[in-house]
Amino acid sequence: MTVPDRQEDKVKIIISNSSPLPIYEQIKQQVKAAILAGELKENEPLPSLRELAKDLKISVLTTMRAYNELEQEGFVTSIQGKGYYVMPRGSQLMQEQFLREVERALEEAVKAAALANISGEQLMEMLKLLLEVE
Amino acid sequence: MSNTLLDVRAVSKNYGSFALRDVSFSIPKGYIMGLIGPNGAGKTTLIHLILNLLRRDSGEILVFGMDNIADDSAIKQQVGVVFDSVPYVEDWKVKDVGKAMSLFYDGWNQSRFLELAEKFRLDMGKKVKELSRGMQTKLMLACALAHEAKLLILDEPTSGMDPVARDELMDMLRQYIADGEKSVLFSTHITSDLERAADFITYIRNGQLFFTGPTDEFLDEWRLLKGGRNDLTNELREKIVGLREHHAGFDGLVKAKDFPVPPDGCVLDQASIEDIMLYTAKEAMPS
Repeated sequence: MTVPDRQEDKVKIIISNSSPLPIYEQIKQQVKAAILAGELKENEPLPSLRELAKDLKISVLTTMRAYNELEQEGFVTSIQGKGYYVMPRGSQLMQEQFLREVERALEEAVKAAALANISGEQLMEMLKLLLEVE
Repeated sequence: MSNTLLDVRAVSKNYGSFALRDVSFSIPKGYIMGLIGPNGAGKTTLIHLILNLLRRDSGEILVFGMDNIADDSAIKQQVGVVFDSVPYVEDWKVKDVGKAMSLFYDGWNQSRFLELAEKFRLDMGKKVKELSRGMQTKLMLACALAHEAKLLILDEPTSGMDPVARDELMDMLRQYIADGEKSVLFSTHITSDLERAADFITYIRNGQLFFTGPTDEFLDEWRLLKGGRNDLTNELREKIVGLREHHAGFDGLVKAKDFPVPPDGCVLDQASIEDIMLYTAKEAMPS
């Protein structure tokens, strides 16, 4: 069955029955991932809470919990009577999330370098090269 | 009108052999509530009290903010009901049922009824008694949905249905509440139907309220604890509800807050609605 495309249909959310994570946590993580990956851009609407609950065959309260926690963590904001929207990237919290993301990636790189016996200097050199390419 | 569609306050009913005692819960606008409990716990009694088919001994029941006895006829216009057996004359044809309902309900929408009947593959020319159990439920549901009810009350609607029909029904209920204006009270002992669909759970046991609140909270409160025979200390024993001991070990229900980590040698599992019901019902039974 095909469904008509809507503006807010950009997020892919899959609920796994075998995941140890509760359903609301699965939704949160996938929305966050979509925001960090830039699939959901600032000021774009999230899927309507009640529509999402219906589509995923889950309860409204579960979806609401996911959205409320995303709001508390500063990823989205709710506008009374309209729905939930992605917070602008400039928001402090979002910035921190990005920073953490970068730190994690760099840490990975440092660890991998240590395993491969690559010196700090060599690593810096690689980073410089990468930055030039960008 | 307030956001509460149904408000049951400290309701009691005594039959002599069975009593419903001091039951309170409420359903806000736009949600599905599952009413669970073992057979004979008082679910149907409670539903009959809400629908004013039975007189309560004490307490108060407000539907749409109105007293369910004083404003019975005004309330009935906006409540849709699905019982576990059809309340219609068995020799009536499906189309006659529609006709009879249209005389009763001011808000009857005949084209909506026809549309639903077609969707449910209900044969207009068939008699009520010729319909299968699942089809009879669908007929009641079509009637309930065709008079623009704001509150749907379903008593064990899924018990005669196959998994496909149950899934369709649950989808329909989600669709029904999607605009955020209507609510559903749904009694069942097939708790898997509720696990994902119900926003709230009200659990009645031995005529008394055991829990009412968000489904997530209900599930978060409990864990299943399993371990070997030697792991079962006396201290542990006291904290377990519905303890089951067998040759290879034991299992039972525990409060999640009592066990942030599993005791030595034991396993802590998420409990399903069914697990919670089974173990807590066992506890209540005289041994």
